[in-house]
Amino acid sequence: MIVYALQRLLGLVPVLFGISVIIFLTMKLIPGDVARALLGPMATDQSLAQLRHALGLDEAIYVQYGKWLWRALHGDLGLSPIVHKPVVELLLPKLGNTLILAGASFFLAVVGGVAVGVLAASRQQSLVDRAVMGASLVVGNMPPFWLGLVLIVFFAIDLRWLPSLGMYSARGPGGFGDLLAHLIMPAVATAAAPGAIIARMTRASVLEILGQDYIKVARSKGLSERAVLGLHVLRVAWPPILTISGLQLGYLLGGAVFTEEVFGWPGLGRQLVSSVIARDVQVVQGAALFIALAFVIVNLVVDLLNLYLDPRSRPA
Amino acid sequence: MATTTALAVEPLPARSRRGPTAVGSFLRVFFRDRQALVGALIIAIAGGAALAAPLISPWDPLTSGAAERLAPVGTPGHLLGTDEQGRDILSRLIWGGRASLLVGILPTVAAGIVALGLGLLAGYVGGLLDHLIMRTLDVFFAFPLVLLAIAIVGVIGPGMQNQMFALAVVLVPYATRVVRTATLSVTPLEFVEGARALGAGRGRLIGRHLMPNVLPPLLVYTSTLVGMMIVASAGLSFLGLGVQPPTPDWGVMVGNGRLVLYRAAHVATIPGIIIVVVALAFNFVGDGLREALDPRARR
Repeated sequence: MIVYALQRLLGLVPVLFGISVIIFLTMKLIPGDVARALLGPMATDQSLAQLRHALGLDEAIYVQYGKWLWRALHGDLGLSPIVHKPVVELLLPKLGNTLILAGASFFLAVVGGVAVGVLAASRQQSLVDRAVMGASLVVGNMPPFWLGLVLIVFFAIDLRWLPSLGMYSARGPGGFGDLLAHLIMPAVATAAAPGAIIARMTRASVLEILGQDYIKVARSKGLSERAVLGLHVLRVAWPPILTISGLQLGYLLGGAVFTEEVFGWPGLGRQLVSSVIARDVQVVQGAALFIALAFVIVNLVVDLLNLYLDPRSRPA
Repeated sequence: MATTTALAVEPLPARSRRGPTAVGSFLRVFFRDRQALVGALIIAIAGGAALAAPLISPWDPLTSGAAERLAPVGTPGHLLGTDEQGRDILSRLIWGGRASLLVGILPTVAAGIVALGLGLLAGYVGGLLDHLIMRTLDVFFAFPLVLLAIAIVGVIGPGMQNQMFALAVVLVPYATRVVRTATLSVTPLEFVEGARALGAGRGRLIGRHLMPNVLPPLLVYTSTLVGMMIVASAGLSFLGLGVQPPTPDWGVMVGNGRLVLYRAAHVATIPGIIIVVVALAFNFVGDGLREALDPRARR
């Protein structure tokens, strides 16, 4: 198993290399001359040449890539020309905020999705099953930004139960309770669509297992339905559910961009959008790099967890 | 995904009698499926309304009436009310279908065509070329789909054309994988071998024998993608990165409505309902296509 984990880790090297090449090349593909943009239209040819030399723009592209990669590996992604801050310094706190939102949403999506899926499967073809599955189909197609707005209309405007914007109240107690109150709506809006998909997959995989002979044996032994589900079904159903949940992560991170925007959550997605609108390419690239790295690492963790939980997925 | 692979395992014969029987049984199965029928009907209504917009739209979607801003649903003359500039919401929904449907469908079709070429090439030629294509695409899987589209727009700039380009680019890796899997499952079969023995060239093999077997799974896959793309492209327009105001578009309408959410929630919520319904309709049709095209699902 350790060998497989190491192999999987080594397999990341070409992917990470590819990511860095793509991100570096997009920087080069942007039309316009960086030196001219910095010095303005009055610049002389000599000063342009000097600046290009100082920035290393007159070197071969692979030399430029090597230097860029070296700096990136040392945590230097350059300066944002718009907000005049180092990109890494700007993005790191936002990454933390996004991880809080994504973590909470993922937890909600998996716990809610699995609970609903098991409930539906255990009452197959009943009214509950049909209602739940119909609802999951609708929820699975809801745009997260729209669902976010609907939640705001109900819970912030009509009922006044929850705050509609930000991570903490400007004036107020702050602390964990405040964070939680601000987190509920964005997390629900982000978790809804992936959760609905997890629910459908859970139902399918539980139903498949319920049809097996050893479940008949367990039932005929006189085990309660609850014991059958808990002891015999869920233990076998977990690995596919986990794999599917892992696949939903990208979907969830994409959805988080919209909910961060709608709820004013100061995360990576919101920064990405405002940098795109401001055409702050340095920050866009930094954010893309951060997101890709986070995504690759989380996928790796899901894979390894699966390996641990499901002996069948281990190579012989 | 599993179903698409399963689909490819049982290919149609290359020279299937594509007479009335094949098409007829396809249509019979498809239309017996009530969900698929409802989906097709919704898409026909939305698409028909968008096409006939100049004829059926009660108001001009761009003309604002300062006197009747934020009129509620059911106002006489404005069935679904008016927005923050006094524009008729129903008319904007009808006209908005043009941009919203186009931006959802066109990138999917474009990605499907590119993927067909790349996937057939990778699957049929194999070897180094296969490796090169698939490893390059692997890199794209490292980015969450919507985020990659946003980043691409970030580099090439916002706007409807760039939005469609970005969405097409991010879909290519997914669709290519489907085509390649289907190609790999058909290539070793006897009828391909037979055609080759009879002297069919590479072009004829791919065009006449592989293509008909690879198209159904691709069609099923892309038809379910359209629903997702309608939601994703509405999202980009909502963020201000896609279709630009004042052009009516469902995502843009939700984005504009957000600014007056506290005073008139319907301006943002109604276009969202349309997005959900249309996306759902495309999913129904996709499921119906899968049932009708998968020989094993026909019972």
